[in-house]
Amino acid sequence: MKRLFPILSILTAIFLAYALYQAWWVAPTDAQQGDVYRIIYYHVPSAWTAFLLFFINFIASIQYLASAKPSTRTAAKWIVTVVGVVGVIACFLPAVQRLIPAGMRPSAVATTVLLIPIFYFVIGWLFPGDRLDVLAVTTAEVGVVFCTIVLVTGPIWARPVWGIWWAPGDIRLTSTLVLWLIYVSYLVLRRFSNSAQTQLLAAALAVFGALDVPLVYFSIWFFRTQHPQPVIGGGGSMDPHMLHTLLISWMAFLCFAFLVCWSRFRLELLHREIEEAHAMESLAGAAAGASLPLSRSVR
Amino acid sequence: MNAVKFLIAAYVATWVIHGVYLGSLVRRFRRLRREEREVGKGK
Amino acid sequence: MNSLWAVTTATLVKDIRLEWRSKDALNAMLFFSLLVVVIFMFSFDPLAEESRHIVGGLVWVSFLFASVTALNQTWARELRNQVLDAYRVSPAPANALFLAKVLGNFIFVSVLEALMTPLFVIFYNVRVLGPAWQLIPIALLGTWALVVNGTFFAAISLRTRSREIMLPLLLFPVSIPAVIAMVAGTTSILTGEESAHFYLVLLLTYDVVFTTACLALFGTILHAE
Repeated sequence: MKRLFPILSILTAIFLAYALYQAWWVAPTDAQQGDVYRIIYYHVPSAWTAFLLFFINFIASIQYLASAKPSTRTAAKWIVTVVGVVGVIACFLPAVQRLIPAGMRPSAVATTVLLIPIFYFVIGWLFPGDRLDVLAVTTAEVGVVFCTIVLVTGPIWARPVWGIWWAPGDIRLTSTLVLWLIYVSYLVLRRFSNSAQTQLLAAALAVFGALDVPLVYFSIWFFRTQHPQPVIGGGGSMDPHMLHTLLISWMAFLCFAFLVCWSRFRLELLHREIEEAHAMESLAGAAAGASLPLSRSVR
Repeated sequence: MNAVKFLIAAYVATWVIHGVYLGSLVRRFRRLRREEREVGKGK
Repeated sequence: MNSLWAVTTATLVKDIRLEWRSKDALNAMLFFSLLVVVIFMFSFDPLAEESRHIVGGLVWVSFLFASVTALNQTWARELRNQVLDAYRVSPAPANALFLAKVLGNFIFVSVLEALMTPLFVIFYNVRVLGPAWQLIPIALLGTWALVVNGTFFAAISLRTRSREIMLPLLLFPVSIPAVIAMVAGTTSILTGEESAHFYLVLLLTYDVVFTTACLALFGTILHAE
């Protein structure tokens, strides 16, 4: 395991360098925006990575809350399965298809909905018990980093192209800002909380945040239809060469994100080990004073 | 030509942010390893 | 179900009675709300035509700050007298306590709003060009949105350092869609330029979603040490 990390790091660095080469030289120049548009190869993959990480955090938080009692654990598994099945079928019903926003294909929505139960069961299997919470804090932190990059590169891109740094009606950037705010408040809660059940409180907050995001999206969407605004980042279809480069860039950043998460995960595990060791030490000290037998391991 | 400055700024900003975060991870790792050794000695 | 409402009403009546007896906190908050309105009046010069577009935003921002002061002391009395521990071991449903607190806060913040609104009308010479009656559901739904999440996050903040700053820190990001709806809805009614129908539906959806979430998770929060 220990030797795998450096090897993967070198491979990821090479991959990132290749993605950069693709973004700078291979991808064609945009007819309208010139070379500035190449910011997209960092801006969009960072956004997709951040959303994926926050999605994982949401799934881990729900599972953590549900695993408090066996009854809720089973109930949650059933609910998630039903959501997946019903959601996929619903996407192909005409009544539901009319509700799907323009630009999104039903198959794309169906795939996203299907990911909910898939992620739920895979994450539950890979990260049992307390590791769910470690996963939650890891994905939240790394997600905030990638989200920050989206919010920084977005305005840097908008300025030369549209002449403005920010458009309040820009639905994507504003929704991303709210998502960033929610997860920063999540991290602040984790740091400031002195409860033994910090993890539960944070998980509850994550669920609230996840419920909030679609509402944010719709509120800005309606606002935008009343007050037309420039769409930063462009819309519509993409040149296949550009799409190809975009996907390469995304894959490279996903590998990078994976390694960063792995490091953060190990850091958190180490932190908790040491805390436990401290706790054991104080217990041993107290027990020695009272000369009580002390079991070696609590697990 | 001016527009390319923004492109470079965006790419640099991205890696600065990643660098700062990775730096903080390294710093935290070092601190924890030090604590781990102290706890080990205490036992 | 009977016991839930019985406990809720009992707790609510008790809270109102206690609050009425010691009016210090009440008076301080009223004065704070007045100050906020006056500060806004000096910061945003109310010329007749433009003011109609910004009054909606100013009103709701001031309501937001006023409600945070009210929400911050939601659980103060319970903490002082270890009432929360007593509640945890009692057979009373946790949601009864939550509902009582939310209703109490709702009444209290509504009183603050009712007192601040005439001031805005006077200072900004507000004349409503759209259907004025629609302002009432917006006010009710909007206030509920702030208060239900605010009471929930106030309970979470109890177990943090810097309790008072933690509440707005948690509340504001999650409240953003509600704030957008409240402000845009109010502005659309004041200017009469568009229908507030969508915003009312959005506020209603927000309230339903988050009231359900709060009721579902409050038990967990209450029992966290």
